[in-house]
Amino acid sequence: MQTIDELLREAPLFVALEPAQLELIAGCATNVHFEADHVLFREGDPADQFYLVRHGSIALETFAPARGHVLIETVEPGEVLGWSWLFPPYRWHFDARALTEIRATAFDGACLRGKCDDDPALGYALMTRFARVMIERLQWTRMRLLDVYGNVGAR
Amino acid sequence: MSALAEPSLAEATVPRPFAVAERRRETADTWTLELEPLGGPALTPLPGQFTMLYAFGIGEVPISVSGRNGERLVQTVRAVGAVTEAICASEPGAVLGVRGPFGNAWPLELAEGRDLVIVAGGIGLAPLHGALEHALNHRERYRGLTLLYGARTPADLLYRVELAELRERGGLQLEVTVDAADEQWRGHVGVVPKLVGRAGFDPRDAIALVVGPEIMMRYAIEALADRGIAADRMFVSMERNMRCGLGHCGHCQLGPTLICRDGPVYSAAAMAELMEVREL
Amino acid sequence: MTTADAAVLEPGALDALIEALAGRGLRVVGPTVRDGAIVLDELASAADLPTGVGDVQEPGGYRLFERGDGAFFGYAASPHSPKQFLFPASTRLFRARRNGGAAVEFEEPDAPERPLALFVRPCELHAIAVQDRVFLHGQHVDRDYASRRRDAFLVVVECGSPASTCFCTSLGTGPEAEGGYDLALTEVVDGEHRFLARAGSERGAEVLAALPQRPAADADRAAAAEVTAGARDSISRRLDTGDLRGLLERSRESPRWDEVAARCLTCANCTLVCPTCFCSSAEDVTSLDGTESERVRRWDTCFSIDHSYIHGGAIRPSSRARYRQWLTHKFGTWNDQFGVSGCVGCGRCIAWCPVGIDVTEELAALRAAEEVPDADH
Repeated sequence: MQTIDELLREAPLFVALEPAQLELIAGCATNVHFEADHVLFREGDPADQFYLVRHGSIALETFAPARGHVLIETVEPGEVLGWSWLFPPYRWHFDARALTEIRATAFDGACLRGKCDDDPALGYALMTRFARVMIERLQWTRMRLLDVYGNVGAR
Repeated sequence: MSALAEPSLAEATVPRPFAVAERRRETADTWTLELEPLGGPALTPLPGQFTMLYAFGIGEVPISVSGRNGERLVQTVRAVGAVTEAICASEPGAVLGVRGPFGNAWPLELAEGRDLVIVAGGIGLAPLHGALEHALNHRERYRGLTLLYGARTPADLLYRVELAELRERGGLQLEVTVDAADEQWRGHVGVVPKLVGRAGFDPRDAIALVVGPEIMMRYAIEALADRGIAADRMFVSMERNMRCGLGHCGHCQLGPTLICRDGPVYSAAAMAELMEVREL
Repeated sequence: MTTADAAVLEPGALDALIEALAGRGLRVVGPTVRDGAIVLDELASAADLPTGVGDVQEPGGYRLFERGDGAFFGYAASPHSPKQFLFPASTRLFRARRNGGAAVEFEEPDAPERPLALFVRPCELHAIAVQDRVFLHGQHVDRDYASRRRDAFLVVVECGSPASTCFCTSLGTGPEAEGGYDLALTEVVDGEHRFLARAGSERGAEVLAALPQRPAADADRAAAAEVTAGARDSISRRLDTGDLRGLLERSRESPRWDEVAARCLTCANCTLVCPTCFCSSAEDVTSLDGTESERVRRWDTCFSIDHSYIHGGAIRPSSRARYRQWLTHKFGTWNDQFGVSGCVGCGRCIAWCPVGIDVTEELAALRAAEEVPDADH
C-alpha cells in the first residue's frame, strides 16, 4: 500500500513538482475508501475536493427527467476526478457514484486554494497540470461528439 | 510481408457458390454469417484478408474474414447499402458468391514473444477477430495479449457472448468501453483511445493492431505512440472503395498504394503521411 | 531499330495485308472515318482507311481536313485507342443462374471472338505495354484482357504527321517504333507513295513474306528515316519529366489544383480517350424473370463522385481532389503501383478536354509553383 508521499511523487498529475510543493499538497490529502454505489457528491454540492482514483471505477452521472440517471463518463484508476474546486462558485456540475469499491486519495480543495493564494508559483503549477487533464477530457469528449461509429447515411 | 493464400485464375474472377450455414444477429444492423463451400475445397484465408461477397442480381462487396469454423468462412457484415442489406437478409440455405481471399494478413509472426495489443472500434473488431482467435489458440506464442474494444453504445458491441466468455476464461487483458451508456451498463464509458493509457503492455516490445473508423484509428495510434510504441510496430486496416479485389479496377487507390493488393493491412508508419492528406 | 529485313510495299499491298491477316482468322481493326473523327473499327479493305485525311488538334479542338496527297495514315492520335478492343468498354465477367430454390450457379464468360489484328501508333504500342503491366503482370491476371491480348497481331504505323497536342518525344514513346510489334510500317508520300515495312516477330515476318514487295534500297530507308525525323522535329509540345513522381508527391497541397479545378468540368473525356486509363466498375444486369444475372464490367472514371464512394460518402467530393487524383496517378503514383509512367504522350486528353486543359501545362505550373514557394497566386 503506497503512502501518500509515494503516490504524489509518481502520479502524472504532480510530475516535476518541487519537494516543498509536494509536501504542501500532501498536507491537504487523505486516503479514502468507498463501497460500491456510494455517492461521492451530487450536482450542486459545494466542490471543495478533488480525487485521484487508485482503484475502482467512478461514474460521472446526471439526472434527467424521464431518463433517470445518465452515465456520462467513467473515471478510472490513475485519473483525476474534479476540477470544480478551482473555479467559483466551487460547485459540482455532475453527480459522482462509485461503480465498484473505490480506493482513492482525496485532496482538500479549499485548503489547497488557500495555499495557492499564498504561493502563486504553486498555483500556476497546479493550474497548468489541471489544464492538461481538462484538455485531454475535452479531446475525448469531442471525439464522442463526432459519433465516429454512426452510419453517415442514416444521419 | 505475410504469406498469402492465392486463388487460381478462375476463382479470382468468377465467384464460387457458398451457402449460408448459420446467421447470427450481432447488433441492429450487423450480422455474422457462416458460409459453407458448395463443392470444391474450403478457402484458407489468413487473419486480415477479405473476400468479395456476391449477392445474386445485386452486386458484390469486400468483406473482411472474421474467422474460420471448420470449412466455413465466418464473416461479419454491416447493412449499409443494397448489397450488404441483401447479404445480411440471407437466411440459412441461401447461396452467396465468394471470390478470394484477397489482400495481405496481420503480421502476427512479428508479435510472437512480444505483447500483442489489439485495439478495435465498432465493426473494426470484425477484421481483427481472426487475429484475436489465432492468438488465443496459440496463446503461448505471445507474451501479453490485450484487447481494447469500444463501440457507440452497449447494443453496438459485437460478439458480446464471446467477449463475456473471454472475460471468464482470462488469459488476456480485456477492456471494453462505450461512447454512451444505457441503463444497465456498469463498465467503462469513454472513447477507445482513452483505454490505451492504462493498458498493461511494454511499449518497447509490443505490436499493436488497430481497426475502426478512420478518426478513431488516428487517435488510437496517437495514444499508442504517446505510450511509446514505434510507428512501424503499429498496424491498421485501411478501407477504400474496393470493387474488384484484384488490383485491376483502380478504385481502391490511396495515393501510391492499391489497398486490395498492397493492403488492407499497413503499418502506421506507411500510412501516417497519407492519412493526413484531405480527400486523397 | 534495324531496317535490315525491310521491304518496300506499294499502297496496293495494304489490301493484301488486310486480306492476309483476315485469312489467318484475325479480326482486322484499324482507323476509319466516322462522325467527323477517326475511330478504330473493323476494316474490310484498305478502302476503309482514312485515305487523304489529316487532322488538326489543339487544346479543346479536333477536326479533320483533306490533305490532298492520298496518305493513308496522315494524322495523329484519334479519340479511339487500342483499349477499345483489348479492354472493351463493356464486357461480361460471369453469369449467375438460379436453379430453382436457393441454388445459384456461376458460369464463366464465353471466349471472345476472333483474335485481333490492330493497326496502332508507336505511342499506342507503349500504351498497350502499360496496360499489360496492369492486367497481366500483377498478382492476378485479368482473364478477359489476357485472352484478347494473347493472340493479337500488332501492326505499328510510325508517325509522319504529329499533331500539336503530341508530346511522345518527351516520354520516349515515338514517333518511331522500337519493338513490341509484329509488323512496322512507315508511310512515305514524298515522291513515290510507298511503305517501308519491317517485321518485328516471326508471325510478322511470315505475313510480310506473303505480300507483294520489293527489297528496300538505301534511298527507301533514308526516306522513311526522314519521315520520322521530320515528325520528331515538328513536335513542339514538351514535358519536363524530371522526377514527376516526386514533384506530384510534394504538390499535394499546391494552390494550382484550385486553379485547374475552376476550369475542370469533371466530364471524364480525358479518361475516356486516354489509352492507358483502366478504371472499371461492375454491375449486375438481371433477366426480367430474375433467374439470370450477368455481371458486366464497364469503363469507369476517377472523375465520377461515385469512384471514391465508401458507405457514408465520397472520399474525393471536390473536383479539385478528383483532378489531383487523375494527374497524380497518371504521372506519379502509377510508377509506385506499376513501375512505369501511365502517360505515353499521345496528347488525346489535351485535344478532347472541352475546356482545353493541357496536362503538360499543368505539370509545368506545379513545377514552377515549387520554385517560388511563397508567391501569391
